[in-house]
Amino acid sequence: MEVGLSHFLVVSTALFSLGIYGVVTRKNAVMVLMGIELILNAANINFIAFSRYGNFGLNGQAIALFVIVLAAAEAAIALAIVLNIYKTYNHVNVDEIEDLKE
Amino acid sequence: MNGFPILTLLTFIPILGMIAVLVIPKDKANLAKYIALIATGIQVVLAIVLLSNFNYNAGGIFEQSSFQFIEKFRWIHIKGLSWIGTVKIDYFMGVDGISVPMVLLTAIISFIATLSSWKINKSVKGYFAMFLLLDTGMMGVFVSLDFFLFYVFWELMLLPMYFLIGIWGGPRKEYAAIKFFIYTLFGSVFMLLVMIGLYFSAHETLADGSQVFTFNMLALMDAANYTADGILSPFNPENLRFIAYIALFVGFAIKIPMFPFHTWLPDAHVEAPTPISVILAGVLLKMGTYGILRISYPMFPEITRELMWFIALFGMINIIYGALCALAQKDFKKLIAYSSISHMGYVMLGMASLSTTGINGAVLQMFNHGTITAMLFLIVGVIYDRAHTRGLNDFGGLATQMPVYTGFVTVAFFAAIGLPGLSGWVSEALVFVGSFGVEVIRTLAIISTLGILLGAGYMLWTLQRVFLGNLNEKWKDLKDIDGREYAMLIPLTLIILFLGIYPSALLDVMNTSVNSLVHFLSTNVTNFSISGL
Amino acid sequence: MSELFIINISIAILFLPLLGFAVVILFGKRFPKLYLFEVGIITINLLLSIYVMVVKFSSYINDALVYGFTWIDFGNVPLLGPLNIELGVKIDNVTVIMFFVVNLISMLVHVFSLEYMRGDKRFNRYFAYLGIFTFSMLGIVISHNLLMIYIFWELVGLSSYLLIGFWYEKKSASDAGKKAFIVNRIGDIGFFLGILILFTSYHTLTLDSIFAQIAAGNLPFDSAAWLTATGILIFLGAVGKSAQFPLHVWLPDAMEGPTPVSALIHAATMVAAGVYLVSRIFVMLTADAMLVIAVVGAFTSFMAATIALTQNDIKKVLAYSTVSQLGYMVMSLGVGAYAFALFHLVTHAFFKACLFLGSGSVIHAMHHEQDMRQMGGLRKKMPITYAAFLISTLAISGVPLTSGFLSKDGILAGSLAFGSLTGHWLIPILGFVVALMTAFYMFRLVIMTFHGEPKNQHKFDHAHESPFVMAMPLVILSVLSIFIWYTPLPHSPDAGWFLSSWVKTPHTVVPAELSYDFMISETPVVEDQYSEHAVVHSEKYTEAMHHAHYPAMFLSVFLGGLGILLAFTMYQWKKIDPDKLSNKLSWLYKFSLNKWYLDELYDATFVNPTIYLSKALAWFDNTIVDGIVNGAATVTKFFSAISGWFDTYIVDGFVNATAFFSGFVGIAFRKLQTGKVQTYIVLVVFSVLALIFIISPF
Repeated sequence: MEVGLSHFLVVSTALFSLGIYGVVTRKNAVMVLMGIELILNAANINFIAFSRYGNFGLNGQAIALFVIVLAAAEAAIALAIVLNIYKTYNHVNVDEIEDLKE
Repeated sequence: MNGFPILTLLTFIPILGMIAVLVIPKDKANLAKYIALIATGIQVVLAIVLLSNFNYNAGGIFEQSSFQFIEKFRWIHIKGLSWIGTVKIDYFMGVDGISVPMVLLTAIISFIATLSSWKINKSVKGYFAMFLLLDTGMMGVFVSLDFFLFYVFWELMLLPMYFLIGIWGGPRKEYAAIKFFIYTLFGSVFMLLVMIGLYFSAHETLADGSQVFTFNMLALMDAANYTADGILSPFNPENLRFIAYIALFVGFAIKIPMFPFHTWLPDAHVEAPTPISVILAGVLLKMGTYGILRISYPMFPEITRELMWFIALFGMINIIYGALCALAQKDFKKLIAYSSISHMGYVMLGMASLSTTGINGAVLQMFNHGTITAMLFLIVGVIYDRAHTRGLNDFGGLATQMPVYTGFVTVAFFAAIGLPGLSGWVSEALVFVGSFGVEVIRTLAIISTLGILLGAGYMLWTLQRVFLGNLNEKWKDLKDIDGREYAMLIPLTLIILFLGIYPSALLDVMNTSVNSLVHFLSTNVTNFSISGL
Repeated sequence: MSELFIINISIAILFLPLLGFAVVILFGKRFPKLYLFEVGIITINLLLSIYVMVVKFSSYINDALVYGFTWIDFGNVPLLGPLNIELGVKIDNVTVIMFFVVNLISMLVHVFSLEYMRGDKRFNRYFAYLGIFTFSMLGIVISHNLLMIYIFWELVGLSSYLLIGFWYEKKSASDAGKKAFIVNRIGDIGFFLGILILFTSYHTLTLDSIFAQIAAGNLPFDSAAWLTATGILIFLGAVGKSAQFPLHVWLPDAMEGPTPVSALIHAATMVAAGVYLVSRIFVMLTADAMLVIAVVGAFTSFMAATIALTQNDIKKVLAYSTVSQLGYMVMSLGVGAYAFALFHLVTHAFFKACLFLGSGSVIHAMHHEQDMRQMGGLRKKMPITYAAFLISTLAISGVPLTSGFLSKDGILAGSLAFGSLTGHWLIPILGFVVALMTAFYMFRLVIMTFHGEPKNQHKFDHAHESPFVMAMPLVILSVLSIFIWYTPLPHSPDAGWFLSSWVKTPHTVVPAELSYDFMISETPVVEDQYSEHAVVHSEKYTEAMHHAHYPAMFLSVFLGGLGILLAFTMYQWKKIDPDKLSNKLSWLYKFSLNKWYLDELYDATFVNPTIYLSKALAWFDNTIVDGIVNGAATVTKFFSAISGWFDTYIVDGFVNATAFFSGFVGIAFRKLQTGKVQTYIVLVVFSVLALIFIISPF
């Protein structure tokens, strides 16, 4: 059986769904961040898969590299924010951080 | 004098003074008086410089080339405004023989009113700031040759006047101020409408050959500039020029003030402080008649000719009605106010004649009434300062107590009565010569001569009630006039005497322009009545 | 002695008194003796005017010296061409005579006043006023154009106003001044309208140019009626100034002024200005205008004489006699006796000034008592005054050997000639009746004042002859009332230099069909003043005058004598009791005593209605005209209240309702905003899923 585009898409969809699930359900902010990483990586898989099976040259790979860099930066900033949240609230439970409400 | 912006200076020196007044510290508020005195003093000097460099042989009125001291710049210039096209408004100033006497009058009266303001002690800074702003407005009206600019100055003068009456006035100052403001504004609205109507009816050709709508008064006087379909264009068979003329006339008539639009005047005068009464009677009233001569007449010559009888009629009514009302007054200031109405009637009667003698008389009467009535109001101010009452029946025998003052009073009163040898007579006589010479209004002129009689009646009666008879014991401590009052009254007295004996000094200034206006009116009636009216 | 020199001197004479006025009024307070400056000036003036008169009569007797200048130049007026107003002077024989008369009487009055007004607190100002009066009066006589006459005309009105009201503390004095000015103004309006007609028609006011145009056949507005109207309108000015009916009412009241002023202004000079004015325009009077003038003059003269019969105030009698004599002069001009009018003007000026100054002397002696019923017997106490007064009274009564006889006789002869030529006999009849009455009331005055027994012993005891400065003017003036100054023959004024060479009757310029036929000479006029019988107007008129001369003379002497006799019978010898007579004719007496009730009539018909009208108009102005303005404001306020309500509750209500609605919606939707990121993400995911579901092609 030839590994085709749809296989990649299935994997990335699974990864994306797991990521969403993680983002939505976890209470710990760090876990939410990990969910986001999953979503980003799901997207990366899609980019590379489309690049491989479509006629786009190396554009997909290039974008994926951008995303990886971006993910790293995002993780760094997000973790810094999480650290600050922890310093302020002494926890990182996203359910209780609702000061913007009203 | 080429290139020296004397008219701009004349107009805006008071504004500089106003800024200076506003920035001086509060604890040195009295400095404001000196600043105002210097500003108006410079104005007088400039006015005299203007007069001495004025060419008596240039007519002005309708052609730019014979106006003098012209300053003309682009002021507002907006291109490509949808259907209007280009909006072009000039900063256009210039003088001819009709405006120079008024400029001179404004400068003199402002200076004297400043002297007369010396005893103001309620928020001095504010007072003089307003006063100087008013001065700019008045001067601007007399030197503008662009209708838009004219209108700006016309309205500019309204605001300070409102505050000057409303804050520094007498017991019913709010009422008087608001009445003055709204009444005048009511008139200005008409003027604005006509101004815009004229704007959209006439083209001016620019240097590059393009044609734009124009506020340029001189362009508006030339029938050739009107478009074929403009609402106020003589070429449009359905034009509204007649209505526009009446509207414009009402706008000016309120300022004169002409019966029946005159009732703001007695109230404003009674409530205004003395210097403001002086300005009001001395200069402001002249704007109405000046506006008619400068705008209504040359822009609507055909309707002017048609309505001259009515203008004379209202002049006659003003003369007789004002005099009769004055006869019944018990308040000194109100009496002078009504006498003002009567005397402005002579101006209208003279203007209505459309003849050289009549219009010369009218313009001279504007100047003379300015000086004489200013003096009369100063005289009332002198007595009011001392006695704090203006009731004509409260006095008596002041001639014994204040002989010098009574001397000035006699000069001013007899000037107002029209005694030969004093300036008022010359202008009244010329007005009668002019109006009698025109057959259409001869009867009205004859009836108006009754005004001479009634004038003598109320003036002499006042003289008798206030100054003759036995001295009322209540006033035995009144002081005769002091140095400052001398300084106000002597110049006016000298002007009144000088122009009574040698009126040509002023008549020669205006005569060429008046002739040119009369000529313009008589030749242009046909140009303007091409339409099927 | 060039002409220009004479003109310059005359102009100096004109302006010197003005200088006196200015100096005294400006510095009089600082220098209490400054009045002497004015007296000095007037003395110089008199000497100069005598000099001018002598030179004029010796070198230029037939020339008029004219100097004019442009006062106002209107340039080249559209449709009319060049237009200007010229002022100027013309010095002819009448001018120099008037110069002399005015300056002489003015000087005498100045001197008289030095004593009469002594101690007055406004002494300096009094002399200043006399100065400005003299200036204005001289201005009238020197002018060569109507405008300048009008200017000075008004100025004498001013000085008259100031001097009548000189003692302004008295209400009656200030009232009288005001009345004089206003009544004169009525006449002046007529004068001014006349000027307007002439200027409109001829574009000049110089008399000679106007006459030339009329002579050339240009009538004002091309109409004979307008020419007549012009004459009558200008005459109206004279009616005011010379106190002719119906504008004479101010003159008796003017006696409130100091008596020397009455002598100078209200007897000798200013009131004669009207006569002078009419004489100046005499040549342009049409037949109708002349008739009007003659009738007004005759009637005035009659009316005033009837009033003078019963007055008891010494000055009032003299005032009415002045009105009456002025009526004579006006009548004289009306009947064409031009030269006699001016002659009477001069003789009357002297004897009437003398009478007034004499009465001033009496009043001064009697401590300001003016009622003749309080006087009597003063003859012995005041012999000089009495003598001067008597001579003047004889003159005014027309007794031979006096100047009054000469001039009055001429006027009566003229009126008689006029009656015979035109059939208007009423005019000479009135003239002769007046001659009778004049002699009567003047001698009544003399007898009541100087003869008989003193009525008020106390005042009589304190009376005394006036000092030299007061007596000297009286003597001079009474001497001038004797015939010898005017003619060598006491019965023939025509033989005198005044009529034969000084004053010559000018020829009318009015077209023949508008004038009386006797005014038009059939043969060309020969300008030969030395001929024994110079032709006046025409041969016809000269002849009629000649015929009328002796009848008029005898009749007037007879009537004058009768009047004097009657006065003596009633007041000296008391053969007829005047009280009984007045009781018998009580309504006539009252009519005369109350001056024909004219003051009351004018008050009721003109003065009060004007005041009521002015009050009504002031009410109208305040209530109706201003009411409309305020009403407009009220209506506007009402509408603004309504629109304010509308604005608050409807317009703004709508705005508020919008806000309220959005608020409500906001509250409702606020529940969605949990602030929890995860909730939002769930919503996003489901929304995306829903979108996919909706837009998917399946």
